[in-house]
Amino acid sequence: MRTHWFTPWFYVIPALATLMFFLIYPSMHTLVISFFGPQSEKFVGLANYIYCFTNETMLSAFRNNLLWVALFVPMTVFLGLILAVILDRVHYESLVKSIIFMPMAISFVGAGVIWKFVYSYRPVGSEQIGILNAFLSYIGVQPIPWLIQRPWLNNICLIIVGIWIWTGFCLVILSASYKGIPKELLEAARVDGANEYRIFWKIILPLMKPTVAVVATTMFINVLKVFDIVYVMTNGGFATEVIANRMYKEMFIFRNYGRASAIAILLLLFIIPMIIINVQRFREQEAVR
Amino acid sequence: MKKFNFIIMLICLSFLVSVTTAAGQSVTVMGIWTGAEADAFAKMVAPFEAETGIKVEFTGTRDLPAILTTRVEAGNPPDVSVMPNPGQMLEFAKDGKLIDLSTFMDMEALKSEYSNAWLDLGSYQSKLHAIFISADLKSLVWYNPKAFAAAGYTVPNTWDELMVLSDKMVADGNTPWAIGLESGAASGWPGTDWIEDIMLRIASPETYDAWVNHELAWTNDIVVEAFEIFGEIARSERYVYGGPNAVLTIPFGDSPDALFTDPPNAYMHRQATFIKSFILDHFPDLVPGVDFDFFPFPPIKEEFGNPALGAADMLAMFNDTPEARAFMKYIASTQAQGIWVGELGKLAPNLKVDPMVYPDDITRKAAEILGEASVFRFDASDLMPAAVGSGSFWSGILDYVSGESLMNVLMQVEASALDAYSR
Repeated sequence: MRTHWFTPWFYVIPALATLMFFLIYPSMHTLVISFFGPQSEKFVGLANYIYCFTNETMLSAFRNNLLWVALFVPMTVFLGLILAVILDRVHYESLVKSIIFMPMAISFVGAGVIWKFVYSYRPVGSEQIGILNAFLSYIGVQPIPWLIQRPWLNNICLIIVGIWIWTGFCLVILSASYKGIPKELLEAARVDGANEYRIFWKIILPLMKPTVAVVATTMFINVLKVFDIVYVMTNGGFATEVIANRMYKEMFIFRNYGRASAIAILLLLFIIPMIIINVQRFREQEAVR
Repeated sequence: MKKFNFIIMLICLSFLVSVTTAAGQSVTVMGIWTGAEADAFAKMVAPFEAETGIKVEFTGTRDLPAILTTRVEAGNPPDVSVMPNPGQMLEFAKDGKLIDLSTFMDMEALKSEYSNAWLDLGSYQSKLHAIFISADLKSLVWYNPKAFAAAGYTVPNTWDELMVLSDKMVADGNTPWAIGLESGAASGWPGTDWIEDIMLRIASPETYDAWVNHELAWTNDIVVEAFEIFGEIARSERYVYGGPNAVLTIPFGDSPDALFTDPPNAYMHRQATFIKSFILDHFPDLVPGVDFDFFPFPPIKEEFGNPALGAADMLAMFNDTPEARAFMKYIASTQAQGIWVGELGKLAPNLKVDPMVYPDDITRKAAEILGEASVFRFDASDLMPAAVGSGSFWSGILDYVSGESLMNVLMQVEASALDAYSR
């Protein structure tokens, strides 16, 4: 049967229509109202964007998101990679993997609540209900008010929660990729006298590079959107604000649609390059197969 | 060669069977109430449902501001909603989203049953937009009478006496105050209550109103003074249990626990009437009025007396249906409020509610103080635009207690206020 030029288009119409309706249209609408005032009535030009880059809390949110990127992305990917390689060598692999993956199964809000208890602080001398401070008092060290110690400690405490949640995800993906490496290759290297360290750097890592890149970019996108953990544990207090939480506040608490939309657009702009890299890497990976 | 020349696309149409509620009318109500409060609400509406045959469909969520905003913007609001605070009620009223209640309520009856303060607070452009269902009195200092007696302390009547007592406690090796500012995403609010109570006692009610309306800058001396009086206690390692670190990390509902340890970790706790339910929740054996009690937050400057600071729950109407009208009328009645406050130990705004519905003497005493106060003011942070009231004011309190310089903190709040009030 003859194929018309429009036949392939015909098949993608439903997908395109859905994409238009649920993705393109809302994005465009958000872009438009980001130039308007709180109630989307008055045109204010770039005022909302100027606010984003001059307001002190917004700037601190940008800084904190950068800190999240700098710590969270390398840590999740690194831990995921190391664990994937090491766990492959033990017989209780699936058990450990399940345990590490488990935090993914609970809601992030739930994780926030759990960790709030972990970091809980009570005055010196009274019973510590937080496990960390309980441990500290047990070994005779003064309890630490983890979540209010700005600017580093409390942010790092929050980032640790994020790492706890996402490492399992990285581990599972990277482990699958690791298992895809032909074992003959590693055997051959061993026969040739390469040590394990050298094998990891010269064979395993290069072969896993596309997957590592995909996982890293995914984590990057994830961490730019970080919201739940911060909202539940500090709500951005004590200089732990992040972009997404700020967007939520402007939108739902302060009812300033213009600013919330401007923040959303900025977030989108930060994420787009990562999505492009991600898609490219994904194509490369597919091409290898 | 192609095996298939045609791809058959199967479109499965699924029919959604919309389950309509059983024949009869209903009114949808959205509120912040869950748990015990939701149960009390069910008890309150039971007689209404029985009498009118109207079904009340209640949705309770702690995330009310977000969900309500979304639904109102989507053009799908509940018939009736509990309001997050008067400030947001006014914003909805300004946007023309709320129904003017005076079009169908018996205003004469309302005026005889409610004090003007409540009617004014529920009005926008002198049209009634919200009905108050229960109130909480905030200007209270809770203490443990037995511990007080054992240590030979007496209830202070003025601020100076209070500070003398605090110093005496410190000298005895005790800690006077228990404060907890942690409240999840709302952390900081208990501190704003302190500032408001102090503001009312060092300045006139008119100054307080000017502050609420931002006719008074946050960097004004009087605001600075209010913060400093609060800071003297909350930022002190001696006056407050655990020092500022504990103040910032202890959940507000847990903080009065310090009054009931043996020996007490602290002796006084400034909090609204609702803290009683937290105390009883943690220590079910305690008897209100015997094991714990309150005295009014004392006057600071004599000329401003002893004003009452309070907050209240209110309901407003988004859809004008006969069922919603009937429901709002019922909410305003003594019958409904009698059940509601009786269950929860809150105070009734409706003056005709029988004091005997209150579960104990200390609640009656609080109702009396609220009814007799010559000056009553609503929680300022609830009246301010959200960006200040639940934004920079809350976080400002946390920043101040954690040691930031007061001027920095107040200048930040002022900056956000300049921005928010000009909307």
